[in-house]
Amino acid sequence: MSLDPSYVGRTYPPTAPYQVGREKIREFATAIGATDPAHHDPEAARALGHPDVVAPPTFPFVVTMAATQKIVEDPALGVDYSRVVHGDQRFAYTRPVVAGDELVCVSTIEDITTRGGHGFLTTRTDITTAAGEPVVAVWSKLVVRGEA
Amino acid sequence: MELPARTFRVTRADLVRYAGASGDFNPIHWSDRIATKVGLPGVIAHGMFTMALVGRAVTEWAGAPDAVVDYGVRFTRPVVVPDDDQGTEIEVTAVVREVTEDGLTRLDITATCGGEKVLSQARATVRTAR
Repeated sequence: MSLDPSYVGRTYPPTAPYQVGREKIREFATAIGATDPAHHDPEAARALGHPDVVAPPTFPFVVTMAATQKIVEDPALGVDYSRVVHGDQRFAYTRPVVAGDELVCVSTIEDITTRGGHGFLTTRTDITTAAGEPVVAVWSKLVVRGEA
Repeated sequence: MELPARTFRVTRADLVRYAGASGDFNPIHWSDRIATKVGLPGVIAHGMFTMALVGRAVTEWAGAPDAVVDYGVRFTRPVVVPDDDQGTEIEVTAVVREVTEDGLTRLDITATCGGEKVLSQARATVRTAR
């Protein structure tokens, strides 16, 4: 089943706020071996001008997962999740994510193409605070491998 | 200018820890049975785990955990992680492509595993250390 190109430009409703916890940032930093004190110690983060511990650069992907899941599971779009591989990933930061943030995701389908039997789906997710302050824009390109 | 190379060892335990921390429980990252069923040589690392390790290298090169303003990669080849104590290794190098007048440094990054590139078009922009 190929991807429905009429979905290009579609924007999904905002997700429920994601509450960024201090322990979640510490857990994520520990899992990737990031030992900088600003990921673990609020005082060290404050010394850099942040209100609480700072998330590593790829942490926002965790925040976008629910929004991406909603798109991928939209039956009308036609993604077979068992055939999905991660193609590209990009983050453009206004500021780092910090503990205490309440983050909302708004996802848009930027591009859908089919090439060599594979489908390519590019989503852009704008992460803002619940008050609407921009934090980071996240692009994911998923590849839906064609039937061999 | 070339930045000092970094090597990251990746074992199955690291993948389990990352799965829990990230919430990505796709079984191709912990089950050989399922990974081989979908045509992979075995359990592979999460692409986002590789990207996170490279991100660590970037923030350490930048000298600040909050210095990254843009970071993107293309995943070109899976990182296969054997079920033993050694696991595998990801080597990360980078060159400074540009230092702009408004205080940004652009890096071109190379990440390899077993001599093969696992990322392409891996680039980061960081605030230049003062």
